[in-house]
Amino acid sequence: MSLRIEGLRAGYGEIPVLHDVNLEVREGEVVALLGRNGAGKTTLIKAVMGMVRVFSGSVAYRGRELIHLPLFRRAQLGLGYVPDDRRIFPELTVRENLLVAQRPGRWNLEQIYRLLPRLKEIEHRKGGLLSGGEQQMLTIARTLMTNPQLLLLDEPTEGLAPLVVEEIARLVLELKGEGLPILLAEQNLKFTGQVADRAYVLETGEVRLEGEMEDLLHREEVAALLAL
Amino acid sequence: MDLGFYALQLLTGLAYASTLFLLSVGLSLIFGAMGIVNFAHGSFYMLGAYFLYAFTRGQADGFWGGLLLVLATGFVIGAFVERIFIRRVYARPEEYQILLTYALLLIIEDLVRFFFGTGYRAFPMPQAFAGPLFLLGTPFPSYYLFLIGLAAVSALLLGIFLYRTRLGAWIRAATQDREMLEALGVNVPLLYTVVFGVGIALAALGGAALLPMQAATPGMAVDAVINAFIVVVIGGLASVWGALLGAVLIGLVQALGVLFLPEWAMVFPFALMALTLLLRPWGLLGRPPAVRT
Repeated sequence: MSLRIEGLRAGYGEIPVLHDVNLEVREGEVVALLGRNGAGKTTLIKAVMGMVRVFSGSVAYRGRELIHLPLFRRAQLGLGYVPDDRRIFPELTVRENLLVAQRPGRWNLEQIYRLLPRLKEIEHRKGGLLSGGEQQMLTIARTLMTNPQLLLLDEPTEGLAPLVVEEIARLVLELKGEGLPILLAEQNLKFTGQVADRAYVLETGEVRLEGEMEDLLHREEVAALLAL
Repeated sequence: MDLGFYALQLLTGLAYASTLFLLSVGLSLIFGAMGIVNFAHGSFYMLGAYFLYAFTRGQADGFWGGLLLVLATGFVIGAFVERIFIRRVYARPEEYQILLTYALLLIIEDLVRFFFGTGYRAFPMPQAFAGPLFLLGTPFPSYYLFLIGLAAVSALLLGIFLYRTRLGAWIRAATQDREMLEALGVNVPLLYTVVFGVGIALAALGGAALLPMQAATPGMAVDAVINAFIVVVIGGLASVWGALLGAVLIGLVQALGVLFLPEWAMVFPFALMALTLLLRPWGLLGRPPAVRT
């Protein structure tokens, strides 16, 4: 088991956003978190990293309780967080953005450039000057540089052109092919259908549905919960 | 007044700018990377001067060793203060940082009074700088060149550290998004300890380096921190080159102000700061605050 969340209540200040969430990500599995804006997807991913307040419950990674660990320790243990708002360091070059994240393992600058040649072309450009698609590639690549053992991808296709979304899908499938477990928050059902094995559907901070991705794709409740 | 006189004035300004740079660059780094407004920054500058005096017992022959010792002690004290005090206020509103660092300023000032007394502590000119040099026929203290060289070397080393090392890249990244940097597995709390230590060490070095020219007093901390804020506001927070530019501008404005309008000289730095705030509130080399979407 890569990640096991049990009875999680988490939120901001005094206000819980998530109520009693249970969720699992097994090794090698891509699990999607579906739900509308405000359903709690981002809060859940941030709770795994310890970036929001956790009121109660458990977040265990490979059997180890994370709740009281600082953010950098969770990352060092193998959690790779890719934020939805990308958070590229704007004054650092593409290359520097990658190098600040480097930790030993399979992924290094050379491997990243082989996988994403576009980043090599713009390696001396400042992060703040990239297009949305380039920023999204860079934010994923930067997290890969930490050599994560579990990837937390928050809405990677948000606001991107269809061609770029396809590129992200290829990238995610490639990582999945290497056996990297991924927890993926998404609203794009087509994209999620391409990459995910299982999914949880969130509404107002609670898990309403869960199941195999293929089954969920054809269920009307899912469309309703996503307001499609 | 001949050309040599103006050149001397220029050199005086640059020498003053050099200590200002050492004093302010740490303030700028600390604010940039950590978001801490360190009102006690001038107090560590003052401590640098008193420590040089204490380490050498006021004897000029201990000058070089004393300077190095001040630099090392500055780093240790800075790291210690970050661990024990500053760390507690990161998550709190800014008033807490200001109260805390202002309290440190008062405490350090009283400690200095307690241990060194309220009088002046002067330090003789080190042997190497005993004689004057001549510029266009006008004599000037050779120590000026040392101060300018010290600041130039410090700026260069700091530039290499920030732009050519991994630790430096982390510090720059922390300036832009601390939480994201930590989410990538960088031990940001430890990084903060190092940044605070480096910033304080440079301020202490600046204070110690000025001691042969200007005696130490318990009141120098407040003057220093005001000057440091002026420099940093003009140059732009979180920018090494901004601190350098701000220091040189203030140094020259002071030196030339004394020359042409002595009764107004005190006002010029403040006027320059006000002008900067009106025209470019984020400083000459600073960045306008990013609007996060």
